[in-house]
Amino acid sequence: METLANLAMGFSIAITPFTLLLAIIGCFVGTIIGALPGLGPSNGVALLIPISFSMGLDAISALVLLTSVYYGAMYGGRISSILLNIPGDEPAMMTTLDGYPMAKQGKAAEALVVSGVASFVGALLATIGLMVFAPYLARVAYQFGPAEYFALYMLAFCTLGGMGSNNQAKAALAAAIGLGIAMIGLDKTTGMPRFTFGELHLMDGVDFLVAIVGLFAVAEVFHFIESHGKDSAIGVKLGKILVPWRMLKQTSGAMLRGTGIGFVAGVLPGAGASLGSFLAYMAEKSAAKDKATFGQGNPKGVAAPEAGNNAAAGGALVPMLTLGVPGSGTTAVLLALLLTLNITPGPLLFTERPEVVWSLIASLLIANVVLLLMNVPMIKVFVKILSVPAWVLLPGVTMVAFVGIYSLTGSSFDMLMMVGFGVLGYVMRKLDIPTVPVILGILLGNAMEDNLRRAMVLSNGDWTFLFSSPIAVGLWIAAVLGFLAPLFLRRLLKKPPLPTTDPTLNED
Amino acid sequence: MIRGDRIFGAVMIVVALGYILSASSIQTSFMSDPVGPRIFPYMIAAVVILSSLVMVLRPDPDQDWPAGPMVAQLGLALAVLVGYAYAITPLGFILPTTIAAGVISWQIGGNPRRAAIAGLGLAVGLFVLFRVILGLGLKGLPAGMGF
Repeated sequence: METLANLAMGFSIAITPFTLLLAIIGCFVGTIIGALPGLGPSNGVALLIPISFSMGLDAISALVLLTSVYYGAMYGGRISSILLNIPGDEPAMMTTLDGYPMAKQGKAAEALVVSGVASFVGALLATIGLMVFAPYLARVAYQFGPAEYFALYMLAFCTLGGMGSNNQAKAALAAAIGLGIAMIGLDKTTGMPRFTFGELHLMDGVDFLVAIVGLFAVAEVFHFIESHGKDSAIGVKLGKILVPWRMLKQTSGAMLRGTGIGFVAGVLPGAGASLGSFLAYMAEKSAAKDKATFGQGNPKGVAAPEAGNNAAAGGALVPMLTLGVPGSGTTAVLLALLLTLNITPGPLLFTERPEVVWSLIASLLIANVVLLLMNVPMIKVFVKILSVPAWVLLPGVTMVAFVGIYSLTGSSFDMLMMVGFGVLGYVMRKLDIPTVPVILGILLGNAMEDNLRRAMVLSNGDWTFLFSSPIAVGLWIAAVLGFLAPLFLRRLLKKPPLPTTDPTLNED
Repeated sequence: MIRGDRIFGAVMIVVALGYILSASSIQTSFMSDPVGPRIFPYMIAAVVILSSLVMVLRPDPDQDWPAGPMVAQLGLALAVLVGYAYAITPLGFILPTTIAAGVISWQIGGNPRRAAIAGLGLAVGLFVLFRVILGLGLKGLPAGMGF
């Protein structure tokens, strides 16, 4: 009952003509961002944060706009997976396995409708799950002291590093680089400058938005120049859109199972949407009677991963809002958004600023309905936009990145730093070092150190205090397991190879 | 020949040692805590050194690194972006954006005339979008020329 009353309050804030307009714009832009190869949800939200901030939107409007973009990008990723066999973003990778074969059999329209509805089911149920579980988790999080928070941050880094990458050492290195960058600036406790080398611009530390836009968007430009836009989109043809009711009914089980798996994967820190869609697909395949048709255009192979990745996107918001610990790259970017808006996620957010939480949830529900309407009847609009060539898109992205940072800070120094992060991102990508832990390190570094130092103040310098409560010990064990278990599991869970791209699609 | 991981690992070890050196000179004030401002940076540097050592000793197979002309292309892109960061304040938005977007477009698409049109189109289009529609504080033309 309390949940419903809260939700009604959220809707009363979120439903104004202006926020509805923002939700529609956000969904539209988000779907485009998701659909365009090379621009994922993290990039998209990262690019738009500085811009929405410079536009002077208030906290709730900015949240509505950017969470709509976030959900929209999750919907949009499937479009290019199905039509071009190029995942629009990483979580949509599994959708290519059956989506593209369906498109080749002339069932592109059916695949798009099924995946659109699956996205809706996954995201809707996950948002309801968020409403139910988040307040509960927030109550547990009340008991967290500095030692528990420190262990929780370790858990986030360890699971992200363990599950999200192929090489533990590289993930640990990436996290440490991020933490090291977070140390730059004035030390909060003593007020002494650290690692500023007398540079005034560094006194406030490195702005995480500069790092995010550089690592995600600018690095992408270097990568595209090198690959000569090989993966660029080209003209796509699509027949009439009819709703295939029978196919929807047939795949409804796959959608629900995918949603459940995806939601759980999303709640776990570090797992995120890519793992959600992967597990949903593998589970659906191993449970199905017609295993052989998976990979050859089975609609269930489209429904399960799409429901899974959208449910994971909702699930990932649970730890982000209640604990302030993001579960994936994109939620890390959303955390950056909240921090930019001066909203500190955590258990207190639910009691002190319930209007933020519940209007966010209400706007997620609104965004979902808008997205269903956009992604099923209006899908052709997005297919047209997909044919924007890379030689217009990428320079555009670069310029938007610069404008965002420039209008936020107005300093050449920050733009140079952004380019520097772009180079770092390019090199790291070449070396197969994940960049998400860097972002997480920059975002969480100061809070992590702060909690460590507060714990030591409480215990008077006794380091065993970090392991003194059952919750903390549990978190440490989970952290170690999350970091080490993938070493052994990796052999069992080999990702299936992507079908090779049709060479005829690669001209220009 | 596996080099990428080894070089990066070695560079990161040097960076981490420099980081430790720099951390050791952080001043503490009279109102400090049991941990102080140096310990956490030391811990970070230790993680960097450990994981870099793993990268040096057990490197992954090398990726395809760009060679010759591609390095020049990437260098050009980098130079354009750095130049853009310096140029946007004195020269306004439209002129530097036309050049930077045009060069990058040419590098990706390879057709100079198309790229020039894309550059100009993006400069004007984005200016209208950001300045006129979204109301961001951008200057369109070089200082002193209005707008």
